[in-house]
Amino acid sequence: MNDTLLVTLMAAGILYGTPLVLAGIGELFAERSGVMNLGVEAMMLMGAATAFWTSQSFDGPGWIALTVSLAVAAATGTALAAIYAFTVVTLRASQIVAGLALLILGGATGLSSYIASIGDLARDTGKHRLPDYDPFGLADLPVIGPLLFDQNALVYGSWVLVVLASLYLYRTRPGLHLRAVGEDPKSADAMGVNVVRYRYAHTMFGGAMAGIAGAYYTLAIAPNWVDNITAGAGWIAIALVITSFWRPGLLLVGAYLFGIVTSLGFTFQTRGVDLPSQIFSAMPYLLTIVAVVLVSSGWGRGRLHPPAALGEPYSREDA
Amino acid sequence: MPWIEFRLEKRLEPPRWLGPSMPFVAVTAALLLGAAILLVSGRNPAVIYQRMFQAAFTNPGALSATLAAATPLLLTGLAAAVAFRMRVWNIGADGQLMIAAVLAAGAGIALGERSLAISLPAMLVAGAIGGIAWALIPALLRAYLRTSEVLTTLMLNYVAPLLLFYLIIDSTSYWRDLESPSARVFPQGKTLAESDFWPEYGEGIAVPFGLVVGVVLAVVLAVVLRSTRLGFQMKVAADSETAGHYAGIRTVRLLILVMVISGALAGLAGASQVGDFSHRIEPKALQFASYGYTGIAVAALARYNPLGVVLSAFLVGGMTNAGFAIQGVDLPLGLIGLIQGLILLLVAASEVSSRYRFVFGRRARPEPRGPGPPGETGEQATAGAGEGGTS
Repeated sequence: MNDTLLVTLMAAGILYGTPLVLAGIGELFAERSGVMNLGVEAMMLMGAATAFWTSQSFDGPGWIALTVSLAVAAATGTALAAIYAFTVVTLRASQIVAGLALLILGGATGLSSYIASIGDLARDTGKHRLPDYDPFGLADLPVIGPLLFDQNALVYGSWVLVVLASLYLYRTRPGLHLRAVGEDPKSADAMGVNVVRYRYAHTMFGGAMAGIAGAYYTLAIAPNWVDNITAGAGWIAIALVITSFWRPGLLLVGAYLFGIVTSLGFTFQTRGVDLPSQIFSAMPYLLTIVAVVLVSSGWGRGRLHPPAALGEPYSREDA
Repeated sequence: MPWIEFRLEKRLEPPRWLGPSMPFVAVTAALLLGAAILLVSGRNPAVIYQRMFQAAFTNPGALSATLAAATPLLLTGLAAAVAFRMRVWNIGADGQLMIAAVLAAGAGIALGERSLAISLPAMLVAGAIGGIAWALIPALLRAYLRTSEVLTTLMLNYVAPLLLFYLIIDSTSYWRDLESPSARVFPQGKTLAESDFWPEYGEGIAVPFGLVVGVVLAVVLAVVLRSTRLGFQMKVAADSETAGHYAGIRTVRLLILVMVISGALAGLAGASQVGDFSHRIEPKALQFASYGYTGIAVAALARYNPLGVVLSAFLVGGMTNAGFAIQGVDLPLGLIGLIQGLILLLVAASEVSSRYRFVFGRRARPEPRGPGPPGETGEQATAGAGEGGTS
């Protein structure tokens, strides 16, 4: 019964939804601090490229190679996010233009493909792939077995991340300060919270998560390199943050829904449904448009409370 | 940054030399950073830059190739300039260009071997309509359902190439070549009749027709923005939507109009790709080229000034052409995108210097404040505000 369509779809939803969870939680933190990080797609691509390069050129046991690769991806994302934060927080540049600049710089015709061509990444398939763990020996349970107990470390990690993110946001003092910085930086500043430091820290955390989310593509989904491997998932993660009303739990649900939609093509093709593959490939993008339209038009507007200072630069002198 | 202390002080009026000099500073700095990355990856930047310069401007045939590379960038650059000036974030030029290429190729194929006097205008109009149609989706969503155009235009950029791949590779559509021998080996688009190829001008240096269209439109746009009612309204609405309302400007209509103009310009770039260069739909090449995104860098480098876009398209076109010409072992793929992205980032970052003055030194910093625990009352007040705002 674990081969039924429903279980297959849900398992695929988790497989393809996990990078959206990781990048989405990172973006959620950045946005809660008032910074709209539009460089997520670039950070994911760069994370994917650097992680794959590291795992390909690393001699040693698989688990060390994978750990080091993930660390490199996180560091790459953090570094890009630091550049982004400097540009938009300190220099107060337009977040949209800076985000696009990162996309061109790191994107499919930029640094990520530069790295891929120097390292000749497209030549071989990956040496290492994140293995699935079954920590309690329960993978054979009906339905929940393959979904909850037969996943790789990043999937388990993403569940822990969602729980910790909720606790941090709503149950800790720094989380409270974070929300204050995003809602009303002036009051937060008056309370003694260092607005700039909070914004840097959370944007950089978001960058690290985006880097790991990118690494998930080359280390977990398909250990291969193709240019533009993330194919817009970073933008979908940004849309998810909006459509989940800036809440970690809802974001997880939304990410898995997108994961299911992303996987429809593979799932149906193996079951002999004969439709052009492009229709399935286009679905996540079209669903993103529908979701963003729904929450921003009448239906969601009553519930939609973005952090009040989202996208607004802050300076003591101007405030 | 802890090691250099500075703060920003508002300028009342930026010095006159500052604006025009920023693009040059940005380009120079981007080239220097690119050189650093070349050095790190074990290549000699001086040699590579020299070869790039030759491939872009001085080798035989280099200028023609640079003008060809500049043609789509001029049109997508204008598309971005018109929209971004008014803070309408049309990031969708890439997709608009592709849909336009489909319609323009369709018009060209349909008109067959009729005279160019019929097919060329038909392709231009078809291209503009394709670009407008793809731009109207996000425009109407923003105008009537208040959906930000940033994500919708971006998502449509990912949808458009899928449509092209379907038309050329996964179906037996009108646009697909089903007859020629090479098309049996690998699917390709139907080629236009040679009489429908767009003309080139000039002796020695080939000036594509699309480039002429772009230069004419740049001049027209400059005049429109400077000295017509529409240009004035765009300026007011860009500064403040509220001010626009009070001035009696119909901002919704203006927003849609700006998106239509921007989409049409991106569409002409798509028509020119088919009419001037590829003469058929090439999904992979169009997807890889990302003219729409590079156009944004072109526009930003020109500080969204249409006449400036002509110059920056030439410069960035030279870079793109050089990248293609000498890519290989010496010049890894991706360096050009990297430099163009750096240019855009540096231009965006340098905008700050027109609004603020940098004041360096420790004393400039306001008196340090302890990070000690905030007072209980302040904590409560903000906590309340935070909950209210997020629940």
